[in-house]
Amino acid sequence: MSTKQDRPLLIAGAEYRSRLIIGSGKYKDFEKNLAALEASAAEMITVAIRRVNLGQDKDEPSLLDIISPEKYTILPNTAGCYTAEDAVRSCRMARELLDGHKLVKLEVLGDQKTLYPNVTETLAAAETLVAEGFDVMVYTSDDPLVARRLEEIGCVAVMPLGAPIGSGLGIRNPYNIRMILENAQVPIIVDAGVGTASDASIAMELGCHGVLMNTAIAEARNPVLMASAMRKAVEAGREAYLAGRMPRRLYASASSPVDGTFF
Amino acid sequence: MTIEITVNGKTKTLAAELSLEDLLQDLGMTKGRIAVELNGHIVPRSQFSSQRISNLDSIEIVQAIGGG
Repeated sequence: MSTKQDRPLLIAGAEYRSRLIIGSGKYKDFEKNLAALEASAAEMITVAIRRVNLGQDKDEPSLLDIISPEKYTILPNTAGCYTAEDAVRSCRMARELLDGHKLVKLEVLGDQKTLYPNVTETLAAAETLVAEGFDVMVYTSDDPLVARRLEEIGCVAVMPLGAPIGSGLGIRNPYNIRMILENAQVPIIVDAGVGTASDASIAMELGCHGVLMNTAIAEARNPVLMASAMRKAVEAGREAYLAGRMPRRLYASASSPVDGTFF
Repeated sequence: MTIEITVNGKTKTLAAELSLEDLLQDLGMTKGRIAVELNGHIVPRSQFSSQRISNLDSIEIVQAIGGG
């Protein structure tokens, strides 16, 4: 690794070498998901909590049989919840399911078309979950004041969207992400919106502490190759951020000396 | 006397009251990671055998699946 001077990402007291978090939705099968996970070098992966299908073959492997909670940090989400109450219930179920695991991804959605976060319900759910001892990584809009409020409530990471979930539109408002970063004392992780590798690099170059993505990898023509690209993009963006970019200039600045010319 | 319960949104009629553990056994859910909510409250795994299932109980059984 060439990022020797970098510190690991710290979330709720745990250290992560990878700054990429991936999802487990939309994959053809668990094996493809695992191959992408390995190629991405991510150490944390999101899962959803859903009803067991009563008719299901009981010998059929489940996601957690393939993607081991011993090897990876499982981040249960509250996707599909539209109220604080449902989100809190989902987290309690997740904690029981994962033997007392406290880390959750809170997302409370506002409507089905945009999947935009419902901020008032998100704030209410965050208050309850923090009071109940959960370590809350929270998906939210890119509003700097809301991000700060979520941090004050005690969320362990604030995760503003770059663009709507599954849209692949990239980081639509880098200025807001910068404002969020300026105020933040907890990790800021762009969650949603990344479409391709350069989007992930842009998020990291802004100074984000990590990137969370699902569709960009799962819906790529070759998910495993895209997972590898995302690993490199996140690392490259992080190194570029740490290196400190040159200033932008309107006019040229010669790279070769102007003195000593013989013509 | 038969009892009527709801499991994951579906109504089921059972011959008699039973333990949650027996119900899960009957449903073929003895292995794999699940979590159970009874009438809106989590039932810890350690209480599956002592938890009685009675008439009109509503049970949710969940697992982890793929999601972003």
